[in-house]
Amino acid sequence: MERLLLDPLAALGRGTLAACRTAGAVTLFALEAISHLLRPPFYWRLFGRAFAEITWFSLPVVALTAIFTGMVLALQSYTGFARFNAQSAIASVVVLSLTRELGPVLAGLMVAGRIGASFAAEIGTMRVTDQIDALTTLSTNPMKYLVAPRLLAGTLGLPLLVLVADVLGVMGGWLIGTFKLGFVSEAYLRSTFDFLEAIDVVSGLAKAAVFGFVVTLMGTWCGYTSKGGAQGVGSATTTAVVASSILILALDYLLTELFFAR
Amino acid sequence: MTAQVPKIRLRGLRKAFGTKQVLDGVDLDVPAGHSMVILGGSGSGKSVTIKCILGLIEPDAGRIEIDGQDMLGMDRREREAVGDRIGMLFQNGALFDSLPVWENVCFKLLAQKRIQRRDGRDKAAEVLAQVGLAASVGDLYPAELSGGMQKRVALARAIAAQPDIIFFDEPTTGLDPIMGAVIDGLIVDCVKRLGATAVSITHDMASARRIGDQAAMIHQGQIIWTGSAAALGDTGNAIVDQFARGEREGPIQMALRR
Repeated sequence: MERLLLDPLAALGRGTLAACRTAGAVTLFALEAISHLLRPPFYWRLFGRAFAEITWFSLPVVALTAIFTGMVLALQSYTGFARFNAQSAIASVVVLSLTRELGPVLAGLMVAGRIGASFAAEIGTMRVTDQIDALTTLSTNPMKYLVAPRLLAGTLGLPLLVLVADVLGVMGGWLIGTFKLGFVSEAYLRSTFDFLEAIDVVSGLAKAAVFGFVVTLMGTWCGYTSKGGAQGVGSATTTAVVASSILILALDYLLTELFFAR
Repeated sequence: MTAQVPKIRLRGLRKAFGTKQVLDGVDLDVPAGHSMVILGGSGSGKSVTIKCILGLIEPDAGRIEIDGQDMLGMDRREREAVGDRIGMLFQNGALFDSLPVWENVCFKLLAQKRIQRRDGRDKAAEVLAQVGLAASVGDLYPAELSGGMQKRVALARAIAAQPDIIFFDEPTTGLDPIMGAVIDGLIVDCVKRLGATAVSITHDMASARRIGDQAAMIHQGQIIWTGSAAALGDTGNAIVDQFARGEREGPIQMALRR
């Protein structure tokens, strides 16, 4: 009877301690990476490569996601708002939803799947094939070489991507609004920008910067700490995507509270 | 007259992973300019020993001296300065997949800013020639090379910065006997040319005799024998002789049966 009560509590305690240990380890990893950003040398070439990977090479998938999301949003809002004659609010709903929430969150999730997995797999493979140890023996700090440039690229790159996604998402809504729902183009665009405030865009970009940091942090951390050969690398890749996706959603709530709660 | 300070001196080196005591008080001296081969069965702690010297693993206890300086008592910058003088050939080469061969070879020289990037290809060609590879190999990626060529490139990378200590981890593993002998010959030539101190770990007895002038046997986390590499197989130590001759019967097998 006593064991029936204590065993689940012990398991809960072990799980909590393990979660705290992991959170502490990730925090120390992030702080060390940031400290390397502040001390020379900085590997601009690697930063450029990661930045291009996050922005230019992620653009097709993020652009398609944004355009279709804008289109669906316009369509759904129309069918919903028509019930109480509020169709004129569609353009505002589309732009506010995209800039504040859907742009950063969907771009973050897409980049988590694409870049987080790629970073975890690449660095994880380097770990299990001794390439990270080789860096150390070649007078190069692996954190400075592998992690710091990627973290900066993620933090600066995702807001840029989200800015493009915002524009394309609004364009998707405009396409449906004007060509399918019968809005006058000028009126739709005026309605889009009339209610849009700087904080709507800025908060979305700030969220994107945080999500970019989190995605690259989890990708690099999972890869850096992976072990056990191909299976370990596979597991690191899955963990990187799942962890960054959950963190994006959780942080989205916290940041929304921070920016908009009254 | 004072005794010459060994290039590498290990004293009481201990390292455990969980409950497994891998190194249990390793003592070893490697004199300057010599080539030491460390022998031992799988999991005996050979790789852990050199990773401790390289600073890739932090030992639990003990002392690691390079040129008489205690590595574990040094700050990060001092350790990095010592590390700059060390080269390492990893078992599987550990070449960087994303970089062409010339950049792999010159990686340390570029990292230490000893050469400009625009001079990298020429410098790599020079070092590749020392390991019997054509300059054109410099533009290939590691995945485009055979196992033997990858080992040569890894050797070129290890010697490019002209280190005064070089570690070789299983240099002939995965190679055919002829390629193994070729790699051993290159290692001997390169070490002699540089006047470096070399430490190799291997299971391959033919390789051990070719590249080592001294040998040490690690068993159950301790160095149980050191002597001339030429004497391997006839050392008078039952464990070393059994290992060197590759015999099924002997003290090592008895230990496994217990």
